[in-house]
Amino acid sequence: MCLALPALVTELLPDDSAKVNLGGVAKTVSLALVSDVKPGDYVIVHVGYALSVIDPEEAARTLELFREMGELAEDVPA
Amino acid sequence: MKYIDEFRDGEVAQSIAQAIKAEADPGSTYHIMEFCGGHTHAISRYGLEDLLPANVRMIHGPGCPVCVLPVGRIDAAIWLAKQPGVTLVTYGDMLRVPGSKRLSLLKAKAEGADVRMVYSTLDAIKLAQANPDRQVVFFAIGFETTTPPTAVAIKQAQALDLKNFSVFCNHVLTPSAITQILDSPEVRELGTVKLDAFIGPAHVSTIIGSRPYEYFAEEYQRPVVIAGFEPLDVMQAVRMLVRQINDGRFEVENEFARAVTRDGNEKAKSLVADMFELRRAFEWRGLGLVPYSALRLKEPYAAWDAERRWDVPQDSPPDNKACECGAILRGVKKPTDCKLFGTVCTPENPMGSCMVSAEGACAAHWTYGRFRDLETSHA
Repeated sequence: MCLALPALVTELLPDDSAKVNLGGVAKTVSLALVSDVKPGDYVIVHVGYALSVIDPEEAARTLELFREMGELAEDVPA
Repeated sequence: MKYIDEFRDGEVAQSIAQAIKAEADPGSTYHIMEFCGGHTHAISRYGLEDLLPANVRMIHGPGCPVCVLPVGRIDAAIWLAKQPGVTLVTYGDMLRVPGSKRLSLLKAKAEGADVRMVYSTLDAIKLAQANPDRQVVFFAIGFETTTPPTAVAIKQAQALDLKNFSVFCNHVLTPSAITQILDSPEVRELGTVKLDAFIGPAHVSTIIGSRPYEYFAEEYQRPVVIAGFEPLDVMQAVRMLVRQINDGRFEVENEFARAVTRDGNEKAKSLVADMFELRRAFEWRGLGLVPYSALRLKEPYAAWDAERRWDVPQDSPPDNKACECGAILRGVKKPTDCKLFGTVCTPENPMGSCMVSAEGACAAHWTYGRFRDLETSHA
C-alpha cells in the first residue's frame, strides 16, 4: 500500500488530474492534494494521488551527501 | 528511472555501511526501530541488515496499516459487505486479511458478497455513480497518507450529491502509535525491548511534516530521522541516528528533504482537519486500545459515515492464539519467533495480518529474509 515511487508528470488533465509516467507505464493520478504541479515535475504517488512534488535541489543535495559519505568511509581503515 | 536508480546504488550502500561501521562504537549496541512498513520492506528486500555491523540492529515497528487493523474491524467490514444492496470496496491488501474464524473479505466475496478492489478512492466514487441502485461503502484504512484521499472522495460525493456512497472509517495516526510503544511496559519498565532511535515514515511525513515528531524526540529523548523508502535513504538514516546516539543528541532530522518539509502538505492537512475528528480510543492489533489514535467523520459529514448509517458491530474478538502478530508489531518478537511462520502461515495462506501485506514484517521476511535464518542456524 505504501510502496510508491516518484513518477514524472507528462500532461495536465482537466478535473485536477494529470498523466504520469513511471518507467514507461502511463497512469492518471489526482492532483487534488498538491498545488502548482507542471509537466516535467516528479511527484510521489500514493493510492492514485500525488502527495508531494520532489524538490530537485534537495534530491541533489541528498545524493551529494551520500557521495561525501563514501569519500569519508574510504579514508577510514576498515 | 530518475529519483529511483540513483538511490539504489549498491556501491554507495557499501560505502555508507563502511561509514556506519567506522562510527558505531564497538562497545555499544544500537537498536533502531523503523516504524514504517515501507522501510521494513526495503530493509528486507535489499538485505540491508547484512550490510550493518552486528551491534546495529533494526526492530520492525507497527507502521503497516493492514497489519494494525484489529480482527473486529475486519469482521465489521465483512458484516457490511453482507448487508443487502451493499457493495464494499477497499484497497487490495485488505481483501486477504483473515478476520474471525479465518473468514476474509475475499472468502466473503466467494460466498456471494459484492466486494471489490479499488486502486484509488475516486474509483469508489465512479462505482457509486455507475451503480445508483447499490450502496457503495468504502472500507477506508491507513495512516495519515491515505486519509486525505478518503477526504477528497467524500468532498466529491458531497459535490455530486451522491447518496449511495459512504465510508467505513478506520484511519489511524502515527504519532499516537509511536507514543504507545514508548510508553509500553516492555520499553519503559521491563526494559525487554531496547529502543534507542526511530526512523520516521516517508510518505506519512510528506503529509504531516517533520514537526509532529519533535514532541516525542524531546519528551522521550529519542532521536528521529525521517527517511525515504529507497535503500540508500534507509542506510543514510541509520548513519545519522548512530551519529546522534553517539553525540547524545535527540533531534528530528530529515533525510527525505526532497519530499518532506517541516510543516508537510498544508492542503491535505486542512482538508482532513475540516472533515475528521479524533476518536477517544481505537483498538490496534498488538497495541490494544490506544487513546486519541484514530479518526472519525465529523457531524456535518454524518451522511457519508457508514457507522452512522448501519449499526456496525463493535466487537473485539481475539487474534488467533498461535499468531504472534501482536508481539511482532510491538517489536517484542521477530517473525521467526512465531511457530506458525513459514509452516501453516505463508503469504499464500496468511494466518495473521503481518503475512498479508508486502510491508508486513512476516511477509517481508518470508519473501526476502529467510536465507539469513539458514546462515544463523548453521553459525
